[in-house]
Amino acid sequence: MRQLTVISGKGGTGKTTLTSSFAALAENATIADCDVDAANMHLLLQPEIIKTYDFTALPTAVIHPEQCTGCGICVDHCRFGAIKEGFEIDPYICEGCGVCEYVCPVDAVTMEYNKCGEAYESKTRFGPLVHAKLGIGEEAGGKLVTLVREIAEEVAQKNNCDTIIIDGPPGTGCSVIAALTGVDIALVVTEPTVAGIHDLKRVIEVAEHFDIPSLVCINKSDINDSKRREIETFCTQKGIRIAGEIPYDTTPTEAMVKGKTIVEYTDNSFAKCVIEVWEKVKEEMGS
Amino acid sequence: MKITVASGKGGTGKTTVAVNFFLSVPKISLLDCDVEEPNSNLFLHNDLEKVKDVTIPVPVIDEQKCEHCGKCADFCNYNALAALPQKVMVFSDLCHGCGGCSLVCPNDAISETGRSIGDIERSFSGKFHTGLLNIGEAMASPLIKELKTYAGENTVIMDAPPGTACPMITTVEDTDYCILVTEPTPFGLNDLKLAAEVVREMKIPAGVIINRAGVGDGGVEEYCHQTGLPIIMEIPYDRRIAVAYSEGIPFVETMPQWKEKFLQMFETIKEAVR
Ligand code: SF4
Ligand code: SF4
Repeated sequence: MRQLTVISGKGGTGKTTLTSSFAALAENATIADCDVDAANMHLLLQPEIIKTYDFTALPTAVIHPEQCTGCGICVDHCRFGAIKEGFEIDPYICEGCGVCEYVCPVDAVTMEYNKCGEAYESKTRFGPLVHAKLGIGEEAGGKLVTLVREIAEEVAQKNNCDTIIIDGPPGTGCSVIAALTGVDIALVVTEPTVAGIHDLKRVIEVAEHFDIPSLVCINKSDINDSKRREIETFCTQKGIRIAGEIPYDTTPTEAMVKGKTIVEYTDNSFAKCVIEVWEKVKEEMGS
Repeated sequence: MKITVASGKGGTGKTTVAVNFFLSVPKISLLDCDVEEPNSNLFLHNDLEKVKDVTIPVPVIDEQKCEHCGKCADFCNYNALAALPQKVMVFSDLCHGCGGCSLVCPNDAISETGRSIGDIERSFSGKFHTGLLNIGEAMASPLIKELKTYAGENTVIMDAPPGTACPMITTVEDTDYCILVTEPTPFGLNDLKLAAEVVREMKIPAGVIINRAGVGDGGVEEYCHQTGLPIIMEIPYDRRIAVAYSEGIPFVETMPQWKEKFLQMFETIKEAVR
């Protein structure tokens, strides 16, 4: 089974537009939406959820006022400043370490595990989709990404899929690392802007750090010719292949408003560029 | 006053708004809290100097004193310690620096050392600070917290990380106003709802900036009207803005009439905070 992760360093570069089209084009793939923090794929694939998994990561401390004597020992030991006036825990700040529970002389603190997200196994018109929703303000996005990938692997096996296509999260942090580790190839979507190039370089470094070969796709390629060439030069120097270029166009927005993927919405030149990128990616994956 | 610029998602124009706002309003400072991908300075072109290497405390095991009881590893909620029969291994990448392991160690075998997670840099004027998370590093929040201590007394704008997870919360926490940047599309609406939920729950007054106005459908406007979220600015879909952006040029420099609009928006925000 081959695994592909689509990443971008920065959001809004057209990752989901591309990945959803790949979902439409791939014959036998399981799709995993690992952008768990702000998942969007479901808006285009309209999944029918067949199984829900609860996601629990770290506990949160709770101080029981009946027991608390107000000695303040917990406050002194909490390194995250999560214990507010009146010995109340700010759940957004609490990291769930359990130090307060440990140091409290009168056992006034308990650590409580709450559900902080959900993962779903779904059916779509293009095959299985595994996606998730992280509770607001929850950390451990990386762990939820790992859960999505684990479910996706099971689902792919069950359905005899030969490929898993992963829509990765933005950035270079823990979720991205979780979405990248162990995959066969990373497709980095970038754009010819100062910020795009900066983020491309950072995310390529992350992929290199984890030994994942990458391919690059330049979106909005006609917005700035000299920046586009800068990306090409960078890729040549790094020995990274460019899988294709996609012009600045309103097609993705129009398709999105209709709830469709590009390749379903139209067969114009824009869609052809997307298909071309997919062909290159397949070739690189050796399938 | 602290103003955060956030969005459920990246690529909606958060940095564009933060930078142009910063350049339009006198006597304010800017913190780039998007430490995974700090992009503000790509538009400001400041020379930066490093002011701080941010570290978190991680455990060091004194093998002389350690009896391999495993209490530290049992306590650690982040799996940063593994107690093997002959040795305790520390996975400092996973450590959050809570200090619990050294507290529970019965033999006083654990001390702490600083592990660098990133830098804080500033412009020579001191009006701009940015955090830069080390590559491969997962702990963004401690760096953001440290960065926020450089906010100063005046009005400060903070460019938040994308999403609604803890780095975003760390940035938005204790700010006076939150600007939510979105696009008028179904994706934009979906992400806006998530971000709006956060600020509502945190009871922070907020307003919406619609970027690339005119491209999508009316869903975002409708949502704002229904939920009483004020739309405080609309930036049109304009190829000139996109091209300026691609070159790293803030659009108030090529279209100076926009400075006035940002100033007006600042007045609106001050009203709302009062
Ligand atoms: S569990 Fe840790 S972070 Fe949470 S309040 Fe207790 S000491 Fe602070
Ligand atoms: S250590 Fe226990 S008793 Fe003391 S203030 Fe904290 S919760 Fe209350």
